[in-house]
Amino acid sequence: MKLNFQVEGGNFAKAGAASSEVKKMLKQLGVPPMIIRRIVVALYEAEVNIVAHAQQGVISVDLHHDKVEIELRDKGPGIQDISRAMQEGFSTASEEVRAMGFGAGMGLPNIKKNADKLHIESQVGEGTTVYITNYFAKP
Amino acid sequence: MELARIVEIVNGRVICGEEKLRRTVKYGFSSDLMSDVLTINIENLLLMTGLTNPQTIRTAEMADIEFILFVRNKKITSDMIKLARENDIVLITTGYSLFRTSGLLYNAGLKPVY
Repeated sequence: MKLNFQVEGGNFAKAGAASSEVKKMLKQLGVPPMIIRRIVVALYEAEVNIVAHAQQGVISVDLHHDKVEIELRDKGPGIQDISRAMQEGFSTASEEVRAMGFGAGMGLPNIKKNADKLHIESQVGEGTTVYITNYFAKP
Repeated sequence: MELARIVEIVNGRVICGEEKLRRTVKYGFSSDLMSDVLTINIENLLLMTGLTNPQTIRTAEMADIEFILFVRNKKITSDMIKLARENDIVLITTGYSLFRTSGLLYNAGLKPVY
């Protein structure tokens, strides 16, 4: 089963709407709560990143019987140095993002902590794609 | 500690979720940084915060946090209440500061996370 969500850059009122839908879906499928929590925390941080940094993005969620594959593709500024962006405390977030309770350089580390697999591709000036895979039972 | 007792200690007001007042709360975490809140993986936790926007409720939803206490009588919007109701999250407000609220509840036996 595949689900797609459009994400609007800068629209903080709606940030998290896609993650919320995915959470409901995973609950319906009977995925254990501890595993749902890891998936949605990673997804929510990544969704907030699109809202915080990009003009727009698309989240594709591919639900398999044993795992979920999530792709977050945005049109935005891209990440200049991914390894630096992965460091806790590194942030390029605006004051507006910080006022929302984010932008402290914890987002990507939180995603890494909660994703079973994480891969990031980025082109400066074009955008970023984040790939997250989580298994419903530990492989 | 019973949630009703927490409301009493901080002289709080329940905005929504009155039906959960008999529930037991074991841990407390005070933060305005939602990414920090998302690192917590503990049940029966009360989030104390001064950050009032829909992302506070979304964060609680993702982290499975059922109880939020807003300090300093911050304005809670109807959007936030709607989102909290949809996700069975209790919202409480107090006029006390984050420092005072945390101190009182720590003293009363609420356990820290870190």
